[in-house]
Amino acid sequence: MTMKKEIYLDHAATTPVDSAVYRKMQPYFSVKYGNPSSIHKLGDQSRQAIEKARQQVADFLGCSAKEIYFIGSTSESDNWVIVGAIEKARLQGIKKPHVITSAFEHKAILEPIRVLEKKGLIESTLLPINKDGLVEIKDLEKSIKKNTVLVSVMYANSEIGTVQPIKEIGQIIGRVNDKRKDPIIFHTDAVQAVNYLNCDVNYLNANCLSFSAHKIYGPKGIGVLYIREGTLLSPLIRGGGHERNMRAGTENVPGIVGLGEAVSLVNKKKKDNERIKKLRNKLITGIMKDIPGSQLNGSLEYRLPNNANISFSGVEGEGILIDLSEQGIYVSTGSACASHSLKPSHVLTSIGLSDEQAHASIRFTLGRQTKSADIDQTLKVLTKTINRLRKISGK
Amino acid sequence: MYSKEVLKHFKNPQNMGEMKDPDGVGEVGNPSCGDVLKIYIKVESNIIKDIRFETLGCAAAIAVSSVVTEMVKGKTIDESLKITEQDIAEKLGGLPQTKLHCSNLSTKALKKAIENYQSKN
Repeated sequence: MTMKKEIYLDHAATTPVDSAVYRKMQPYFSVKYGNPSSIHKLGDQSRQAIEKARQQVADFLGCSAKEIYFIGSTSESDNWVIVGAIEKARLQGIKKPHVITSAFEHKAILEPIRVLEKKGLIESTLLPINKDGLVEIKDLEKSIKKNTVLVSVMYANSEIGTVQPIKEIGQIIGRVNDKRKDPIIFHTDAVQAVNYLNCDVNYLNANCLSFSAHKIYGPKGIGVLYIREGTLLSPLIRGGGHERNMRAGTENVPGIVGLGEAVSLVNKKKKDNERIKKLRNKLITGIMKDIPGSQLNGSLEYRLPNNANISFSGVEGEGILIDLSEQGIYVSTGSACASHSLKPSHVLTSIGLSDEQAHASIRFTLGRQTKSADIDQTLKVLTKTINRLRKISGK
Repeated sequence: MYSKEVLKHFKNPQNMGEMKDPDGVGEVGNPSCGDVLKIYIKVESNIIKDIRFETLGCAAAIAVSSVVTEMVKGKTIDESLKITEQDIAEKLGGLPQTKLHCSNLSTKALKKAIENYQSKN
């Protein structure tokens, strides 16, 4: 029996490590294994490797290397920005700082905000999301208050791939800050955007920006927080003097090397994005044609080129996911049945989907390895899966 | 994540589809929580002669529906009512912790179908 071909359409969850990235990382496990804090030659080799990676990231973001901090995950940097900004603001004498974010942000933003608010330390505003899956500028403008210290809006949504007006938000906050003594920090979680969108921090007018390597064909467990010089942020992880006293912990040298290489490959591979977009559109068109009762969630226009999020009436997402998985096709779902909670995706309900529609959603995210034949095969299998599950549900 | 037995029932569910002229029908769950289980029974001299299901739900919900119909078919009403969610989970070679409530849904749907039958007779 031949091995069944696997089709991976879950690139928003994670990506395979690029072979060139992997090659660059390898020496830093068992050969060049020195601790960058050691001042002997072996340590210095590691130090130089991480400083090279820092410069690669700085070149990509259009900033200075000293504004780049390596962290363990985007969840860490999201937490850092929130906790760090609030701590500094309270030290500055702002008794109850105000934080603005969007209703469909990643839980790594929403959870720390929820907890700080519950403790009575902050107040927050969750910007509503329109049915296209976008934050509206007017809602942001209305919600800025005297005690607002932080605005955090994701660049592209992780589930529906809709691209937020980050440049416009950056401009507005820039204008507001011109008239203020205590400037508002503008952070964007760009983890889904790096492969596809302009992440130049001056273009975006962002004070802080986070992303991680494993979404861009780099390794897991390593990411970046960009902090614009002069931004008031306390550290989250304290200890030794690593990362210029801002993030304690021995550096993940192979991870950092891999991250630097992965970032430097992003621009070289940008031409692939047009191809990915065509395949994504072929998938959406095919589904709409072959499977009645399917609907695209979120704007098609303001969307990452690799994302399709679709709800199928009369079925449940986890069932679809498992059925496809059994046939070697890997996707994700916003259904509660696939998560730890019993609630469906907060992203999908934020754009006005009913719980039922959210349970019936599947996210397909394409990547560099996706071929046209993969889409043909996916359409063929998916049509059968939906028909089969609809027969079981009688709906 | 799922046992072989769960996947077997999910991929090839038994006694699936609507039943014409059932003696009892039980439905539990609602679309907003993700799972809807509907069980139809035909009863002759206190024995469940035929049973069918329709389920909108995850792989576990479909598998528990399928396996409960197999377990109940040919049993008396009293025997059927004694089947517990643990019996179902065991029959399926176990269920993931987060899916145990699915087996609960199937016994509830069965109980409702029996009650519906009893209320008519």
